[in-house]
Amino acid sequence: MSVASRARLDRRLTELGIGLLSAVLLIWTLVPLYNMVRVALQGKEDVFSSNVFPTAPTLDSFATAIDESYWLLENFWGQMGNSLYIGLTVAFLTLAIGTLTSFTISRMRIRRGWMLTNAALLTYAIPMSFLAIPFYSIMGKYGLTDNPIAVIAVEVTFATPYAIFIFKQYGASIPLELDDAARIDGASPPQIFFRIYLPLMAPALVAIGTYALLLSWNEYLYAFLLLSSDGHITVPVGLGKFLNSDEAPWNYLMAAAIIYALPPMAIYYAFRRKMNSGLTMGGVKG
Amino acid sequence: MAIATTVDNPAVAPVVSRSVRRSPLAGTDRLWALAFVTPYVAVFCAFVLYPVGYGMWLGSDVASYRQLLADPVFPSAVVNTLIYLLVAVNLKLALALLLSGLFMRRGWWCRLLLLIFILPWAVPGIPSFISIHWMLNSQWGLINNAIWALFQVDGPPWLDNADLALGSVIYAHVWKWLPFWTVIFLAGRMAIPRELYESAEVDGAGALDRFFHITFPLLGGLYLVCTLLSTIWALGDFNSVRFISGGGPALSTHVLATLGIRNAFELGNPALGMATVLSALPLLIPLVVLLTRQLRRGEVQL
Repeated sequence: MSVASRARLDRRLTELGIGLLSAVLLIWTLVPLYNMVRVALQGKEDVFSSNVFPTAPTLDSFATAIDESYWLLENFWGQMGNSLYIGLTVAFLTLAIGTLTSFTISRMRIRRGWMLTNAALLTYAIPMSFLAIPFYSIMGKYGLTDNPIAVIAVEVTFATPYAIFIFKQYGASIPLELDDAARIDGASPPQIFFRIYLPLMAPALVAIGTYALLLSWNEYLYAFLLLSSDGHITVPVGLGKFLNSDEAPWNYLMAAAIIYALPPMAIYYAFRRKMNSGLTMGGVKG
Repeated sequence: MAIATTVDNPAVAPVVSRSVRRSPLAGTDRLWALAFVTPYVAVFCAFVLYPVGYGMWLGSDVASYRQLLADPVFPSAVVNTLIYLLVAVNLKLALALLLSGLFMRRGWWCRLLLLIFILPWAVPGIPSFISIHWMLNSQWGLINNAIWALFQVDGPPWLDNADLALGSVIYAHVWKWLPFWTVIFLAGRMAIPRELYESAEVDGAGALDRFFHITFPLLGGLYLVCTLLSTIWALGDFNSVRFISGGGPALSTHVLATLGIRNAFELGNPALGMATVLSALPLLIPLVVLLTRQLRRGEVQL
């Protein structure tokens, strides 16, 4: 066999391997998502059948979710609103607290800045669910039972450490000479913060804002424990309630779940590049 | 710190170094710094220190540990937690490392495949987990329907058998988090200079040689940090177990995170729940210490 045909054979085999691997990956990735869509398109009687593809696909379940015309979906849009309100507040507070802290640690060089960094690292290393039990009691003491503020507080607490890490890292690329020049011109720390630091941090702000918004949109455990009344719960908690009911309206559940999943997916794909660069910023150094 | 090299005017340099560099912070700047860190310090004290302290106090009663050890569910939850951490985390990261190599390839196909591949990460966890739970239903689920359609045999009772149910939980975890870690390793691989591979190829190194002698040694630090972080996160993972198996059948697939919540809220015994969670500390503390040490070496940043 000549060298050239040998190389061609090698390339063919590689392509075949990649093709097979791609097929396996596609099936692996899409099966649970296909199942979501399949069930959402089924009619009520169809749910308990042994077919793999929907026999009579219908959009009724989506209509039911949108009209809130099923008792478990009574307040679906209200729950979407609660999720959005909590998510936006968490994103805003995470950005505000995270930037102020990282600005003080790395640009004002306070003497005990390392203590704040270690505090953030400690928080980052505590599994979120491990604090659920004391958190629940403490929120009762603060008088915040069934109050969205309680959920916002937890999510800000757990989103801020990561925000501080990323801001510190990203901020290192902004020359300190800018601050110094502004100082010489008589700028006060808040002026430097708002006029120089924040505008130059914009890409990191987008990444972390998205991160915090998605973190709280997706959060289940704390919302489940801390919110109880129908008017306050978020969508994941509402979806979880389906599983406790005796009926099993899986088609409605999946339709509502898809509607709930679409906004974060759109945000995710729109900000993908910024998110990825934020998440993997300096994944390996040197 | 070499401010003098960038400030050309010698008359300015000393002023700068005195006001900004030498003395830590003076006068109003100090007040501003205090004001700026107050929100974070307040959040940390009110929502980290206080709950941690309160949790420790709740879990300090020896009687609840005695009660915990007498509970037959506890040993199985410990074993499940260990299996879950060892299998799910390592399987997921090994696959992620290998797959990141596939996505390093150029061409439209691999780029499109990556866009589809990261879907599980982009879709919120709860809908996916609920879908997987129903998909694995032994009577009406998609998987067993497909097995029946293809082979005319009944599929296994995925969630009604303790081992299969734990396996299903591990499957859901790997499915959900594989894309995230693949993207992390992909970024790590992209930071490796291409010339290393090219010169290795010239020297006649095969694909395996290149992986074991270039990729792995250079990504080793990152891989270790990812393993530690992922183990810590998986230790606190509540949703996978809660929504895939619900701890069942017959409480056989509980892990410490879900058992703690069950003991505290379903059984109404917060002290017992806290004791359950705190029994993970002998595992959590060494992991955190290792992680901090690894991060401090500075090779890998978060």
